[in-house]
Amino acid sequence: MNSENLKSFMGKGAIWGFILLELIFFSIAGEFMSLSDKAFMDWDNMLLLFKQSAPIGIIALGMTVVMVNGNIDLSVGATFALCAVVMLDSMTWEIFAGLGDWVIPVAWALALITGMVLGLINGLIVWKTGVDAFIVTLGSMLGFRGLVFMYNGENPTSHLNWTLVDMAEADILGIQTPTIILLVCTVLIWIVMTRTVHGRNAYAVGDNREAAVNAGIRVGPHMVWNFVLIGFLAALSSVVFYSSSGSVNPNDGTLYELWVITAVVLGGTKLAGGSGSVISTLGGVLAIQLLRKGLGHIGADTAMVNLVIGLILIAVLFLDQQLNRKGKQELKV
Amino acid sequence: MNVPALRLKDIVKTFPGVRALDGVSFEVLPGEVHALLGENGAGKSTLMKVLGGIYQPDEGQIFIEEQAAKMASPLDAKSKGVVFIHQELSLADELTVAENIYLGELPRKSFGRVDWAELYEKSGAILERLNCGFTPQTRVGSLSIANKQMVEIARALTVEAKAVIFDEPTASLTDAEKVVLFDIINDLRTQGVGVVYISHRMDEIFTISDRISVLRDGSYRGSLITADTNEDEVTQLMIGRSLDLTHAIIPNDLGEVALSVEGLSCGSLFQDVSFELRAGEVVGFYGLVGAGRTEIAETLFGLRTASAGTIKISGDVVRINSPIDAISHGISLVPEDRKEQGLILGMNCRDNMTLPQVGDLTNGPFVSSGQEIAIFDTYYEKLEIKTPSWKQQAGNLSGGNQQKIVIAKWLSMAPKVLIVDEPTRGIDVGSKSEIHNLIRDLAAQGYAIIVISSEMPEVLRVSDRVIAMFHGRIMREFSAAEVTEDTLVQAISGIHADKNST
Repeated sequence: MNSENLKSFMGKGAIWGFILLELIFFSIAGEFMSLSDKAFMDWDNMLLLFKQSAPIGIIALGMTVVMVNGNIDLSVGATFALCAVVMLDSMTWEIFAGLGDWVIPVAWALALITGMVLGLINGLIVWKTGVDAFIVTLGSMLGFRGLVFMYNGENPTSHLNWTLVDMAEADILGIQTPTIILLVCTVLIWIVMTRTVHGRNAYAVGDNREAAVNAGIRVGPHMVWNFVLIGFLAALSSVVFYSSSGSVNPNDGTLYELWVITAVVLGGTKLAGGSGSVISTLGGVLAIQLLRKGLGHIGADTAMVNLVIGLILIAVLFLDQQLNRKGKQELKV
Repeated sequence: MNVPALRLKDIVKTFPGVRALDGVSFEVLPGEVHALLGENGAGKSTLMKVLGGIYQPDEGQIFIEEQAAKMASPLDAKSKGVVFIHQELSLADELTVAENIYLGELPRKSFGRVDWAELYEKSGAILERLNCGFTPQTRVGSLSIANKQMVEIARALTVEAKAVIFDEPTASLTDAEKVVLFDIINDLRTQGVGVVYISHRMDEIFTISDRISVLRDGSYRGSLITADTNEDEVTQLMIGRSLDLTHAIIPNDLGEVALSVEGLSCGSLFQDVSFELRAGEVVGFYGLVGAGRTEIAETLFGLRTASAGTIKISGDVVRINSPIDAISHGISLVPEDRKEQGLILGMNCRDNMTLPQVGDLTNGPFVSSGQEIAIFDTYYEKLEIKTPSWKQQAGNLSGGNQQKIVIAKWLSMAPKVLIVDEPTRGIDVGSKSEIHNLIRDLAAQGYAIIVISSEMPEVLRVSDRVIAMFHGRIMREFSAAEVTEDTLVQAISGIHADKNST
């Protein structure tokens, strides 16, 4: 293995090494500090870890694509909440009253379409106005959240359908629906990003947009598709989560965008675009969830968890920068 | 007093693969305007960066008033009395003129407060000395480019300047503004400041300078007293006689007209450009930076919209509004800035090479790695690209091999017209001739090629015909047989334009 391959392996594998480290640390620390006598690396606990990772994880897959593409989407948390409102509320609409339980797929479809439309709006604005995606989606984050509140004021939107809950809680060999969806999406998007023309172009546009234009890539429409994709995934995440909970608060999903970006960045995707992998993002999502669970396991409270995650994020990126700085002659800015 | 204000002695600076400066000595006396000339890549900017403390010389010394000095940084150079007026302005548009003049060294009162009264008074005095028609309180963003240049000059005058270096100061000035600039330079001269004046433009140099020194290929080629010399003598010193003439152009059998351009204009960038290009032919576009050559290429490739004129490909009028149109009509562009415009540096060689056509190299929904590798292998051998494998990131290749990847990217799509902008910029000397041979080979295979270059030896080396441009217009067209360095330099400098235009 030459040094180039070794370096790229270190880059991609680092997050999994970090996860391993966490597992070992919490297992040992748990022996001394945990109040429960269950082992940390318990099978059920690990299954729960994946299930809890699913809502953030599914969105993070889309965020990886958008960030590889050189953009960002801050509106995913608001999209998540709005799609939940659409799904739960549409099941009570009178026009669907005759459908019985068949209202479930209809509600799902409506929620997913909503997510895609919201993504399309973001994408079209970014393409047609040329305004930075950060600004556009900052605006739509506020706008979409506004729509959530317009819908039902400060009140939660609830609808409990037991068939729906059963489906959401179903499992195959103990692996629950959210986990399955997370893993299937990871594999599908990994294939798109590594094996298809769209994926190839996503990396090209993110790395060097000017060169991509010069190579005849239709950069605008390409980016729109990626925004539609992340809108769809935010909606899918919402469908998965609220199918079991059955009630959405208008403030739900607030700060999701930041947790998602944290996971993506921890997984090694560059903010500047052009590099990143959904597999590593999955690692980033799991690493954060492990930290939360692990710190909880040894008795830390939420405030402490946030502090630690923040510190680790900065430390990891600092290390990455030190290891990967291209040359010592690089300009210090 | 005849102590040089500034003296450089035997400066050597090497970069990997390139000896950028090879024992250059240079001096400027107080009250003298000393012009520094040389083609692009002759080493002028490297020399100035050494002087300004941006690069440290490998060998040689710098003296200020005969005191040995070491320039640790641009700020250090300024504090020692060596100040630069750069071609590219480095001003903060949102701040006032006064703040820009004293940027980083604002006068202060207690508790770090800015002493505005002193600031405006001191900067007002400098502006008065320069005869500027604006106040220190003006926002810089609202000034014209010429006035911004004044601010740059004013900034230089905040210290007791011993030597002021003007780097292509007139690049963006109108004729009227040039007169003002020359007045200021004359003022500096009478105040006993040594002025170094770097420019390509022969007429300006003869107007303003006392002495002319010429750099070529990183070494010093001699000085002339302006009053005793003429444009021809300077030109000869600039080009030298070391041109490799053993590679006389062997014309290929010319085919059909591949590209024909009539009356093409793009706003103020270039006007009324007409030429024809046949299969098997290389046409070189030569001119100074800003003469409109690259803009023509960008217009042909759909990156700019033409304001007038027609483009015909193989006799058919085509409309080109985007690179996608250009590519579909068989026009391809190897851009000027390989790293910014031509390559995806983080991608491997194979992916870069197949990028424009990857949509056609599919197997069902998936990209066919086999077809891609086949293309890579073909051009890897054909162009003798040196890389350990296709998996190598393009950013890790040498300049020459990167350029070959970009060229291969288009060749694999069998273009009708290949435009190569600055084919060997940033490529070391050995690989340059390799790229030149490649261009001739491609022409022999029947490609129609446009080469845009700022390096005269390169243009002469590869072109069947040379088109000389000046200020957005074609000044003259030469065949390979009739072109000489002198006439070419004169055509692109706008000298004797009327006498020579056909």
